[in-house]
Amino acid sequence: MLSIKNLKANIEDKEILKGLNLEINPGEVHAIMGPNGSGKSTLASVLAGREEYNVTDGEVIFKGENILEMAPEDRARKGIFLAFQYPIEIPGVSNANFMKTAVNEVRKSKGLAPLDSKEFLKLMREKMQLVQVDKTMTQRSVNEGFSGGEKKRNEIFQMAMLEPELGVLDETDSGLDIDALRIVADGVNALRDGKRSFIVITHYQRLLDYIVPDFVHVLYKGRIVKSGTKELALELEEKGYDWIKEEVEI
Amino acid sequence: MSEDLKIIDEVTGSDYKWGFVSNIEADTAPKGLNEDIIRFISAKKNEPQWMLDFRLKAFNQWKKMEEPTWAHVNYPEIDFQDIIYYSAPKPKKTLNSLDELDPEVKATFDKLGISLEEQKRLSGVAVDAVIDSVSVKTTFRDELAKLGIIFCSFSEAVREHPELVKKYMGSVVPYTDNYYAALNSAVFSDGSFCYIPKGVRCPMELSTYFRINSAGTGQFERTLIIADEGAYASYLEGCTAPQRDENQLHAAVVEIYAHKDAQVKYSTVQNWYPGDKNGKGGIYNFVTKRGLCAGERAKISWTQVETGSAITWKYPSVILKGDYSVGEFYSVAVTNNMQQADTGTKMIHIGKNTSSTIVSKGISGGKSNNSYRGLVRIGKKALNARNFSQCDSLLLGDKCGAHTFPYIECSNPTAKVEHEATTSKVGEDQIFYCNQRGISTEDAVGLIVNGYCREVFNQLPMEFAVEAQKLLAVSLEGSVG
Repeated sequence: MLSIKNLKANIEDKEILKGLNLEINPGEVHAIMGPNGSGKSTLASVLAGREEYNVTDGEVIFKGENILEMAPEDRARKGIFLAFQYPIEIPGVSNANFMKTAVNEVRKSKGLAPLDSKEFLKLMREKMQLVQVDKTMTQRSVNEGFSGGEKKRNEIFQMAMLEPELGVLDETDSGLDIDALRIVADGVNALRDGKRSFIVITHYQRLLDYIVPDFVHVLYKGRIVKSGTKELALELEEKGYDWIKEEVEI
Repeated sequence: MSEDLKIIDEVTGSDYKWGFVSNIEADTAPKGLNEDIIRFISAKKNEPQWMLDFRLKAFNQWKKMEEPTWAHVNYPEIDFQDIIYYSAPKPKKTLNSLDELDPEVKATFDKLGISLEEQKRLSGVAVDAVIDSVSVKTTFRDELAKLGIIFCSFSEAVREHPELVKKYMGSVVPYTDNYYAALNSAVFSDGSFCYIPKGVRCPMELSTYFRINSAGTGQFERTLIIADEGAYASYLEGCTAPQRDENQLHAAVVEIYAHKDAQVKYSTVQNWYPGDKNGKGGIYNFVTKRGLCAGERAKISWTQVETGSAITWKYPSVILKGDYSVGEFYSVAVTNNMQQADTGTKMIHIGKNTSSTIVSKGISGGKSNNSYRGLVRIGKKALNARNFSQCDSLLLGDKCGAHTFPYIECSNPTAKVEHEATTSKVGEDQIFYCNQRGISTEDAVGLIVNGYCREVFNQLPMEFAVEAQKLLAVSLEGSVG
């Protein structure tokens, strides 16, 4: 479903991704790990279509189409969801309103009629239950005054609402205590249905205890330098990244 | 919320939606201003001598005054002799029902989407519809009359309730007040008059739709609202205007007089033709609006959503004379393209334990200029006066301007005055976040801006709030990128 070939991208003329390759099939969970500055978040931003990043080479084929020329909203409507590392606040706009607008935009792009208020509320209730968020969260302004944990849970809630085919979680575990981590992970697991794929970007192995990946990749200096199964994550946890760096430098 | 977003879609690329001219046979005064013109206006309206005298005094005062230049706006000099000061649709006969309304007038209302029947049937809002300068038809008056409420055109009030008009007209905004108030006092055409008697709570929203109609006609509305002891009224004013190539002058006066324990809430949604993208055409809106809290515990609230006009010069104010009286000002002012707005409020604290709240949200896009200008004055005797002001500016793009001119004059040491101000831009981060959820940039701006204004929209009556959100979305069209 997603095929990344020789992807090169820079920001302010500094090359970050230097020929990245990745293949993801429906239903798979891929973890991307790597030391600071290796290009993990850049990958997430490039997939979502953030303007500041320039793609200089390569292609990203999603569901048979190269998405690199598409506007961010078109990628989102096609089924790519990014759970932000730092979710943005939109004062005065309630989560419910925000989601109603988004859900109906996505539906419109698929030629479906917009949900009316009753249908929307029903959907929202379902999804709130699925990812365990309480009612007050949907009435509050988008991320405004949310704690770190609430913001991350809200991202997962939004993902549940929009039902994407590919969810990209950008360091969703950062800043979470163990309880919050578990709730967020439970939410993600509830959305694993054998068809939906995930890219889980993380610094630490800890998250992968809860969201068990099919594959683990190590990103270093803008390339995937090692791939394996979930055991690779444990090895990294134990040994750190230095041995990988050494392998690469040789 | 999806409603306002839908509206952006609807109007993308379209011209000013309500830009059309209807051909009502106008009964028009010759261009220019002199004593004869004033006599002509007064005679046309069958006014009593005292009314003519008031106009003439105001005119003589006006001749001595100079056009104010302190506002942060630029426009070519106005030739006051090149303006038509009176224009009325010719009444064919006295109307007994709406069916007898001039079909042209009716069609105009239909285009505006404010058909009176609909208003009558659906909303329970009493509408005093003003086309150009003369009230065409007033509805719901009988029902209001049962409560002793008078709601009629200003001219009618002059004829039928002279004692009230004489007593209150000019008591809040004297004709000597400022250049445009003096001009209005001399030539005002018509407007609304409202009196709520002691202890009566007006059961419906009182509403007036203003329209500017005949080409080159200045519109000089005059509105007077009196709330007697313990009375309550909520008044709505909304307007759209046809598209024009030449600038049109509008200088209205609104006076609110609130007695002891009375409350008046005045809401405006203003959407006058702002001119085209290059700043050609558009309405000059120089308005004087002021309320007087004359008695103890009186309360006056102004809520305005200003999206139209080429130039806006408007400062709805409250004089807090009665002890424990309250003044409020909630404002959203939007400027786009070449629009200029200099707007704000004055809160004059005279009585003890008076309090006032100012919440102003300015939004500028295109090459527009948006200024907040506000005065909070605490008089010597205003013990324990309180004011809280919050002035926020939001910039869309990098060619527009936002300015804040707050003035605080405090002559009593027990006063507590707070002022908060912020300036922000609609963040690229916010837009990208919306994009990533499938929302287009234009819809994202509408969403973010409406969120930003929610505090003010919450003050508006429900159906007005919806209209305001639509207007906001329409006015911000093309303001980004």
